[in-house]
Amino acid sequence: MEYISLFVKSIFVDNMIFAYFLGMCSYLAVSKNVKTATGLGIAVVFVLLVTLPINYLLNEYVLKPGALSWLGESFADIDLSFLSFIVFIAVVAAFTQIVEMVVEKFAPALYSSLGIFLPLIAVNCAILGGSLFMQERDFVNVGEATVYALGSGIGWLLAIVTLAAIREKLTYSNVPAPLRGLGITFITVGLMAISFMTFMGIQL
Amino acid sequence: MSDINYKELLLKPIFKGNPVTVLVLGICSSLAVTVQMKGACVMALSVIVVTGLSSFVASLLRNTIPNRIRIIVQLVVVSLMVILVDQILKAYAYSVSKTLSVYVGLIITNCIVMGRIEAFALGNKPIPSLLDGLANGAGYGLILVVVAFFREILGSGTLFGMRIIPQSFYDAGYMDNGLIILPPMALILLGIIIWIQRSFQKDLQEK
Repeated sequence: MEYISLFVKSIFVDNMIFAYFLGMCSYLAVSKNVKTATGLGIAVVFVLLVTLPINYLLNEYVLKPGALSWLGESFADIDLSFLSFIVFIAVVAAFTQIVEMVVEKFAPALYSSLGIFLPLIAVNCAILGGSLFMQERDFVNVGEATVYALGSGIGWLLAIVTLAAIREKLTYSNVPAPLRGLGITFITVGLMAISFMTFMGIQL
Repeated sequence: MSDINYKELLLKPIFKGNPVTVLVLGICSSLAVTVQMKGACVMALSVIVVTGLSSFVASLLRNTIPNRIRIIVQLVVVSLMVILVDQILKAYAYSVSKTLSVYVGLIITNCIVMGRIEAFALGNKPIPSLLDGLANGAGYGLILVVVAFFREILGSGTLFGMRIIPQSFYDAGYMDNGLIILPPMALILLGIIIWIQRSFQKDLQEK
């Protein structure tokens, strides 16, 4: 039950885009048509789902104050948490690199549709942001971290696909010239975020 | 390389080629920290320092980085700078660093930093790269401060935590706009800033 609550919460209430503005750069740049937006969204869900549990375990057994105590008594008071940024980003960057190579080798068709997005993901704030929020929230076990990763990934996917759909329609409307393109996109995202705020306070 | 126009280098990113409103880089963190001026100013300063220094270091290393792994090398350089900034903030401005929470860490994935290294620092000498990084950080900071100014003064009637709208206004029935503190309004404000900028600079308008 807790898992379902966390899952729904991370999709709707704590939505990566609308509540925390994470992954905004690629969100705005790649949301021009629904097909590519879906591709990027799926890639983000996948990478989040794998890197977040890895980072959780690293945080729990290596980085946290006292996390190294499984090595022996003398390691009990070591605090490596200042290294967490560099460790997390290294995991993310290395993982995207591996995924890119594996997909290119074994699934060339998938690579040609998804491939260009994979390098982009290494610098997508949503991925690193997920790990940093995980560190701040103190999840009790790796299951919770995984559910959180899945939920926030799907929230991101939902956001980018809906925005892409709206933008496809927007090309037919008559927007004032200075507002065209970026300006109207920002305002659209703002209105979408307001509508997502209706989910605030949902308890399961 | 000697005929680099320093004035152009410094001024272009602040207005004509502003990284936020023109190139759409680094929006991620720019909106979440703009509820108050204090947080926005600290964030702006941190980004200026990080972009400047990491462009400088990346430019020093530019001839020794193998092309294939350059993204990882850049990430290491950037995260080093961010760790330094984060530790300094924790030591000297603990309350601000608590309000900025994860967004200091997210400077690593701020596209401005990587974008400037990739587009400028890898092809230029260290000193122009340093200036380019600083100027882009400043362009980003300017937008941050403008958005924060409106959100704080309309949302809570204060600037830097000091009361600006006098109490007599409230007595006469004036109320703070609670909506503007919520995340969606930051997006709409930024949209309006872009609108204003583009109606003055016609060449930026999209077809």
